[in-house]
Amino acid sequence: MSIPDDVLVAGASVGGLTVAEALRRKGYTGRIRIVGEEPHLPYDRPPLSKEVLTGTWPVDRIYLRGQDRLAELGVDWVLGVRAERLDPHARTVKTDDGRVLPYGALVIATGLVPRRLPGQPNLAGVHTLRSLDDTLNLKRELQDAHRVVVVGAGVLGCEIAAAARTLGKAVTLVDPESTPMARQLGVELGRHVAAMHEAHGVRLHTGTTVTRLLGTDGRISAIALPGNQIVEADVVVLAAGSIPATRWLDGSGLDLDDGVGCDASLRAAPDVYAVGDVARWPAPWTDTALRLETRTNATEQALVVADNILGADRLYRPIPYFWSDQYDTKIQVHGVITPHARTRVVEGDPREGRFLALAEDGGVVTAAIGWNNPRGVRTARRLLGHETNLITTTD
Amino acid sequence: MKVIVDQVKCVGGGQCVIAAEEVFEQRDEDGIVVLLDPTPPPELHDAVREAVMLCPAAAIWVEDRA
Ligand SMILES: Cc1cc2nc3c(=O)[nH]c(=O)nc-3n(C[C@H](O)[C@H](O)[C@H](O)COP(=O)(O)OP(=O)(O)OC[C@H]3O[C@@H](n4cnc5c(N)ncnc54)[C@H](O)[C@@H]3O)c2cc1C
Ligand code: SF4
Repeated sequence: MSIPDDVLVAGASVGGLTVAEALRRKGYTGRIRIVGEEPHLPYDRPPLSKEVLTGTWPVDRIYLRGQDRLAELGVDWVLGVRAERLDPHARTVKTDDGRVLPYGALVIATGLVPRRLPGQPNLAGVHTLRSLDDTLNLKRELQDAHRVVVVGAGVLGCEIAAAARTLGKAVTLVDPESTPMARQLGVELGRHVAAMHEAHGVRLHTGTTVTRLLGTDGRISAIALPGNQIVEADVVVLAAGSIPATRWLDGSGLDLDDGVGCDASLRAAPDVYAVGDVARWPAPWTDTALRLETRTNATEQALVVADNILGADRLYRPIPYFWSDQYDTKIQVHGVITPHARTRVVEGDPREGRFLALAEDGGVVTAAIGWNNPRGVRTARRLLGHETNLITTTD
Repeated sequence: MKVIVDQVKCVGGGQCVIAAEEVFEQRDEDGIVVLLDPTPPPELHDAVREAVMLCPAAAIWVEDRA
């Protein structure tokens, strides 16, 4: 396999930037072009629903690299421009400003777009949060809002609810699962998340779905829950999941069934790779291909893809990791909480707000979960893959 | 090589410690990064550069001159 003369990246965020950095670090001297729809230089998303929304950080702290470091990279940034069409036979990408960009290797790093509700009406005051601009819009509207409804209690919805409570708003959080973060943590630990939000004064409606958004004069006024229950709202934030940003790849012949389908080396087609939230690959711990929507997944995939562009054939076999900050609590997970896993607290006490839990499936530890216990959970990574009967509970 | 960390941006994941435990450690109470060796020896430079890229908060960087 020969090394491509140039690399084109679609998506100017953490995944795309890290591919470029890793290529340069390995001595790649070819041309690197990064096309990004947003006008901004690469910035980090995790602070958006945390420090940016609460206003504890100045916005310029979220940029991933300073101007000087970006200049050293020697990348051609094509920002404020959308990739619109891929022709893998001609090896070109067409952009919305009419350019046709040829590539030696292409990296797809276009991330996700927030999911809309079925039949969602267009009402002012209804927000989603994915980008910096989304966050600044929401923050501005929160200033004069009193009642906030957050639809979806995954990681993002929980963080937005916590931020809105921190800003003193009356917050209602709605989710079809029986606890918040049930899909990420399982219901056993999800109960602790529920207790935390209730202790902070959030009204939780779990096990239920929003049936309608109600508006007055084109502006949101309330949401409806089953049984004609109405919750009034000045602002509604929809955090009911996101879908891969692959519309631009329609007609390319790539497998686009929930993200860009890749092989175990993150290759989607000859000289076409995908990284980050948009990439679906055969995860080694299950027989289905899946995507991870986490920050370290984007960087770790980018390192593998950079090596593979340079002729390696590395497989992507991560230990997944994610964290979430809500109020003064940091939740961190190393490993995979499988759908049938049981979780067990092995150190500390949930009532004291600091513990370590293990997820176990088939007699094997599959994940370590830390609750305000960053060093403990990192150290517990060594337990992953071990038999659970060898691990004793401390209390 | 000179290593710089930003404790305000750090999110306490410890990816840096996993990459280069001779150079980085975490505070016990909140997991925030502690720099053990701001001028690591050449054999650790690769591991430190790996940590720079893996850090999920872009809270580490290096200066080569110095
Ligand atoms: C608010 C928020 C909070 C988060 N908090 C955490 C957290 O606490 N912990 C954690 O582990 N993870 C968190 N994440 C997830 C993490 O930020 C993502 O996993 C990461 O950003 C994925 O990076 P990416 O490069 O794959 O995609 P993205 O960061 O989504 O970047 C994709 C980029 O591609 C651009 N793009 C899309 N289509 C096109 C096109 N056709 N042409 C050109 N450009 C295009 C987009 O505009 C975007 O800039 C959070 C995410 C969000 C949104
Ligand atoms: S990897 Fe980055 S965010 Fe994580 S502990 Fe180290 S410096 Fe902090």
